[in-house]
Amino acid sequence: MKRFEWVDAKSAQEAVKLTDSSAADLMGGKNTSAGSVIKAGGIDLLDLLKERVLPATRLVNVRTIASLHKVSVDGESGDVTIGPLMTLSELAQHKTIQERYTALSDAAAHIATPNIRNAATIGGNLLQRPRCWYFRSSEFNCLKKGGNTCPAIHGENKYHAVFDNEICPIAHPSTTAVALVALGASLELTSKQGVREVVLEEFFVGPDKDVLRENVLSSGELISAIRLPNKSCKSAHIKMGEKDSFDWSTGDCAVAIQVKDITISSASIILGAAAPTPWRAKQAEDFLVGKTMSESTAHEAAKLALAKAKPLSQNEYKVAMLEVAIKRALLKTSGLNR
Amino acid sequence: MAGKDDEYERKQSRDISRRRFLKGAGLTALSMANLSEAQAAKEASAAIRGPGATAVTLRVNNAVHNLQVEPCETLAETLRTQLGMTGTKVSCDRGTCSACTVWLDGATMCACMTLTVDVQDRAVTTIEGLAQDGKLHPVQEAFIEKDATMCGFCTPGMVMSCAALLARNSSPTLDDVREATCGNFCRCGTYPKVFAATLAAAGKGVK
Ligand SMILES: Cc1cc2nc3c(=O)[nH]c(=O)nc-3n(C[C@H](O)[C@H](O)[C@H](O)COP(=O)(O)OP(=O)(O)OC[C@H]3O[C@@H](n4cnc5c(N)ncnc54)[C@H](O)[C@@H]3O)c2cc1C
Ligand code: FES
Ligand code: FES
Repeated sequence: MKRFEWVDAKSAQEAVKLTDSSAADLMGGKNTSAGSVIKAGGIDLLDLLKERVLPATRLVNVRTIASLHKVSVDGESGDVTIGPLMTLSELAQHKTIQERYTALSDAAAHIATPNIRNAATIGGNLLQRPRCWYFRSSEFNCLKKGGNTCPAIHGENKYHAVFDNEICPIAHPSTTAVALVALGASLELTSKQGVREVVLEEFFVGPDKDVLRENVLSSGELISAIRLPNKSCKSAHIKMGEKDSFDWSTGDCAVAIQVKDITISSASIILGAAAPTPWRAKQAEDFLVGKTMSESTAHEAAKLALAKAKPLSQNEYKVAMLEVAIKRALLKTSGLNR
Repeated sequence: MAGKDDEYERKQSRDISRRRFLKGAGLTALSMANLSEAQAAKEASAAIRGPGATAVTLRVNNAVHNLQVEPCETLAETLRTQLGMTGTKVSCDRGTCSACTVWLDGATMCACMTLTVDVQDRAVTTIEGLAQDGKLHPVQEAFIEKDATMCGFCTPGMVMSCAALLARNSSPTLDDVREATCGNFCRCGTYPKVFAATLAAAGKGVK
């Protein structure tokens, strides 16, 4: 790692005063005079720093800010607020999250290894940079780092996107994002200018909007809270990977379903590792409304969800993976899983 | 490997700065004044530390160490190079193999993905700290008894993961042991014996 400065921020306000950049600002080749970024669990940052692709000159540590490290339930609305510093292990074991937002606790429990989950925070998980090996290698000045071409489109693209993959086919890396979008989460963002709320699904942007970043986080802005609406639904997250022990997702799916009597009244189906953003399977959602869940209904929905996939040269297998993930997640929410 | 390169590079730069310091021992009063002004400005705006060495106090295996570390130094580097505790192994240096597993306040973490400045007041336990009063930890004893080690490179990390499991769950199932060690890579394939050893250690009534 190159050397950098270190500062322990005592509060969210102090953190945004000391921070001038996001990792995306610094990696996109712009903003060269700046260089201070927020550090939470540090897992993604250390990886980028060790690979020498993130030219940060200062880490602003927010890990010890207690006010950002808790889960609270609003007494009136019942909405849940998750502090961005909650670790993945804490979320996986949290009773309220397990009961009301099962997709999120499922997702958190299957990310990485026990050691990583003990350090990694949910805020950092949402903002981690993509896993594309060209992007993470200092040998390639790819499109996402301000270069002229994307080597993945015609190169090694086994783990890349099957949707929205014409410009830069990164697969969105965050597993918690898939569950949170399905559950209708929004973010509270704090900056020197003030506080704003953004619906999480709108927070993430594809390469057509800005290939240099995956979201609309402004320079030096802090995720200060993650909010989940109090909506009674059944949810689940299923992740497929190459190994049983632990692995990155090769295709995952979160669903949140509301059922009236035995009829599905609303369905949210979000795919992970499928596109540069958490990917909504709109057609499958529409198809499910008014139906009763069964193995064949789940199968048909899964087929519909992948109907428009456009795999690259090496990732056609993902289509089948994603179909299975959707089907299993749907059946799990309905207690029909075997 | 990159970790080693970095260590090497930093040692070199430490040497260089020492050399520079000796060479420039005839620093003018003026440049000294500028230096302390810059330093004062830094201190006024919260405690910005580094990029050079900064003082930290580490609690490792119940002993307190006052050290100088650069903010970019990982706990694995500090343990191995400054404290001579080479039991903590570094293999991938990227958080993917758990060879470097230590406990911070009892929770397993990768020392290669933890910065030493960020340990702060958390108590560090390493493989060197498991034995008590000259007696090996029951998991260590069971690893020997069940022959759960081959080349041994993953072993300290494995033992730390298994001992942490027994500390929070004194009668784990095979699945619990699998889950607790799912991040620990063993190239030699000792897994079945690691599982057997951990279950055997639990049988001995580890608290
Ligand atoms: C072996 C391995 C396997 C993995 N598998 C998975 C997987 O299957 N799924 C998955 O999702 N992830 C996986 N990961 C990635 C890991 O989960 C993320 O790196 C981690 O969650 C990042 O969180 P952090 O707190 O460490 O973030 P940091 O490294 O501290 O920060 C990440 C980024 O977010 C910014 N940031 C952090 N917090 C805030 C905040 N509150 N406000 C504003 N900016 C902020 C930082 O500036 C930085 O750019 C894996 C990692 C490893 C090592
Ligand atoms: S050396 Fe730290 S996880 Fe591999
Ligand atoms: S004993 Fe050789 S790597 Fe595990």
